[in-house]
Amino acid sequence: MISCLPLDLAIGALLLWLGLGLSGFLLGGWPTLARRLIFPLSSVVALLLTIAGFTALTATPDNLLLRGPLPALPWSFQTDPLSGYFLILLGSLAFAVSLFSTGYFQSLPGLRLRRLLLQYHGFLLGMGLVLLANNVFTFLVAWEIMALTSYFLVVTEHEEADNRRAGFLYLLIAHLGALAILLGFVVLAGAAMAQGGPFSALLHASLSPFWASTAFLLTFFGFGAKAGLLPLHLWLPEAHPAAPAPVSALMSGAMLQMAFYGLLRVDFLCLDALAPWWGPLVLVAGLATALFGVLFAAIQTDMKRLLAYSSIENMGLILVAFGLALIFRTHGLNALAALALAAALYHALNHAFFKGLLFLGSGSVLHGTGSVAMDRLGGLIRQMPQTAFFMLLGTLAIAGLPPLNGFVSEWLLLQAFLLSPALPQSTLSAVLPLAASGVVLAVALAAYAMVKFYGITFLGQPRGARHAHEAGRWERAAMLLLSIACVFLGLFPDLLLRLLYPVLEEMLGQGLTAQPGWWWLTPISAQRASYSPVLFFLGMAATLGLSFFMIWRFFGRPLRQVAIWACGFPVRTPAMQDSPLGFAQPLLRIFAPLYPTERVEDADSRWRLRVGDPVYRGLYQPLNRIAFWLSAQVLRLQRGRITLYLLYSFLTLLILLAIWR
Amino acid sequence: MTIAAQGLTWGIPLLRLLAALLLLLAFAMLAQRRLLTLIHLLAWQGVVLAAGTALVALLTGQAELWFSATLTLALKAILIPMVLHRLLRRLQVRGDVEAVLNIPVTLLAGIALVIFAFSLAAPISALTGTVTRGMVGIALAAVLLAFLMMITRHKAISQVVGFLAIDNGLFFAATSATLGMPMVVELGVALDALIGFVILGIFFFQMRETFDSMDLRHLERIREE
Repeated sequence: MISCLPLDLAIGALLLWLGLGLSGFLLGGWPTLARRLIFPLSSVVALLLTIAGFTALTATPDNLLLRGPLPALPWSFQTDPLSGYFLILLGSLAFAVSLFSTGYFQSLPGLRLRRLLLQYHGFLLGMGLVLLANNVFTFLVAWEIMALTSYFLVVTEHEEADNRRAGFLYLLIAHLGALAILLGFVVLAGAAMAQGGPFSALLHASLSPFWASTAFLLTFFGFGAKAGLLPLHLWLPEAHPAAPAPVSALMSGAMLQMAFYGLLRVDFLCLDALAPWWGPLVLVAGLATALFGVLFAAIQTDMKRLLAYSSIENMGLILVAFGLALIFRTHGLNALAALALAAALYHALNHAFFKGLLFLGSGSVLHGTGSVAMDRLGGLIRQMPQTAFFMLLGTLAIAGLPPLNGFVSEWLLLQAFLLSPALPQSTLSAVLPLAASGVVLAVALAAYAMVKFYGITFLGQPRGARHAHEAGRWERAAMLLLSIACVFLGLFPDLLLRLLYPVLEEMLGQGLTAQPGWWWLTPISAQRASYSPVLFFLGMAATLGLSFFMIWRFFGRPLRQVAIWACGFPVRTPAMQDSPLGFAQPLLRIFAPLYPTERVEDADSRWRLRVGDPVYRGLYQPLNRIAFWLSAQVLRLQRGRITLYLLYSFLTLLILLAIWR
Repeated sequence: MTIAAQGLTWGIPLLRLLAALLLLLAFAMLAQRRLLTLIHLLAWQGVVLAAGTALVALLTGQAELWFSATLTLALKAILIPMVLHRLLRRLQVRGDVEAVLNIPVTLLAGIALVIFAFSLAAPISALTGTVTRGMVGIALAAVLLAFLMMITRHKAISQVVGFLAIDNGLFFAATSATLGMPMVVELGVALDALIGFVILGIFFFQMRETFDSMDLRHLERIREE
């Protein structure tokens, strides 16, 4: 039994989550007890899942078959290094989020809390099952559990019409995606004659190039819908702000990565006969998504919407890395593919941590001030110093500044790009540097968006909401943990790359080459590039400390005290500060054709700028009109006259008789 | 089924005559404006059907076909027309039927349908041998004509008559072309027709309560916009 430990542990943890959800539902009559008891226990279970993930990385792959509802469709579960890595991601994020929830949901009424407890744990369970699923049937069931429970979580506050609308949009796109995934599996499993068989059976599907590409496109569309890929990103900025903060953290940090996991599991492992255009397609789609996401993140005025668009950007970056890995693998350069894939996987984990942290922090801001609208916030660093500190770490990490974790994965991605001249195909190796510059642009703009995020919210003077209070103990503990994780992953990237070694070996038959020491990160060779975050950190701290000391020593006296961020001018009112949209004005000018803006007059007869979504106007509204027009045409058939209906069936009968005579 | 030798001389021509009568009655129904006469025509169709079944029973010597013929006579020639008759009086429907198309055009369309039905049935008749040649075509034509009648009428009762006439045509196709169906199938078809009839009867009363009329055009109002 020792050999199948990780799988037993993981399934046990998922069952415990299910039990916690049900008992939370039953305990709903005592809200305080339920909240204080269930959420911490849920954290413990998440820890178990993380341990299961760690053991799965090194243990031999393992599977379990249970009898399903139909004879040919068994429930099938497995653990291998890939799912182990994502189990670590899910478990560690859920650990912090559950801790946070213990304090966060204290004002939730009992009835709502019991439903939330059930749906929250159902959501976690669904994500865990997605990672453990080993056949098409189990995977799809788990995928739907994940989608439905998260829908209910999005509409937790269903009194507001906006939230219901967001939930519906999410559900719609989730179903479109699930349908595409299902069809993709039909193509794959139909070829392998293995609907109930394990995923590895799909590998031996002998698909013609056309059907392989069809399966690839369908699954890419389906998983892309979940990942917020460009034309399908529409639900993301609506659903994330609508959901409660811990749920947004889980959705953004973990659920989006489930889509990435699906891509890896299905499109990377099951479809091994690659067409050469898949990789560039994924890369271009990812790049467009990243640039779009960051351009719209920079102009948002709502904290959670900004973070949601930033999630789109980060998923775009991950897909860029994934596309690059596909390109390298198509041309047989497995070592480089391993590098690109390592960057993608690393960034997935990083994103889970810093985006989780930022969403949790914005939840604390919402509780502390009653609003997440940035034009009502400001100066929170004085009222919520600890939250502000954790958020600072989160923003630095997501902006990709060394020595934090965001830098490492982005650096790895750029290293992979820099090695693209090794490709045998000259067109690709000439175009890829352009894509690399696009990535750099996205990363730089992300830093811009994050400066705005932090500067407007935490610095300067309060803009409206004045009475803010610091987050509670549970919340701060959760944010502290995630901050530590961000710093740790930034300082010791080599440890994580060691964890990734078995994953890469499973996926490509080859891991990244061994490293000389834990403080140096050398992806290819020491002559090319290497990076030591610890040394960098020490050097930076020394320089900063020294210069601060010098300035303070030589120019520090006499001190003149003025309001912060006023450039020495006395600020008369908070309204004279840069507004969230004003901060984004340069982007609004430079990329003016991208932003469909309109000026609307509000109740106080002030002009307000409203920025729409170009994809919505350019793609969805025309589609909408076409659908309505078609429906109107079909409605003409329906006249309410029985004789007419009889005529329809009569004509149908005659035509069929004439055809099949 | 085999047919007794003496039947060949007069039995088959008589069956053909009955088939022709059935088709003629179907045309008459198509041309008929008055509801009361329509019901009478339906009853006559039932009589022809029963006679046809009885003839087949006589020719093939199957005892259960006698039973079937009796049932047909009782149900289709007597009971259902009587009920319809009473329904007509209870609902106080005005006698005239308003047609969507005028009668000559409808009849011309009917002729086209009969030709179509015969051309459809030609390959089937070729298979069934000399005895029942043409029967399938006639029965199919009767079905299509009844369908056409349903389409061209506005009053709800004529829809029921059309429905029952369709059933008659199917029944005739079954008995004459195959010389007798298994009893179970026959009973099943009869039961189907009966239940459809009952449902439509309830529907009439509902409709009358709602619209105070039997005109189907009133139903146009309740469609979803």
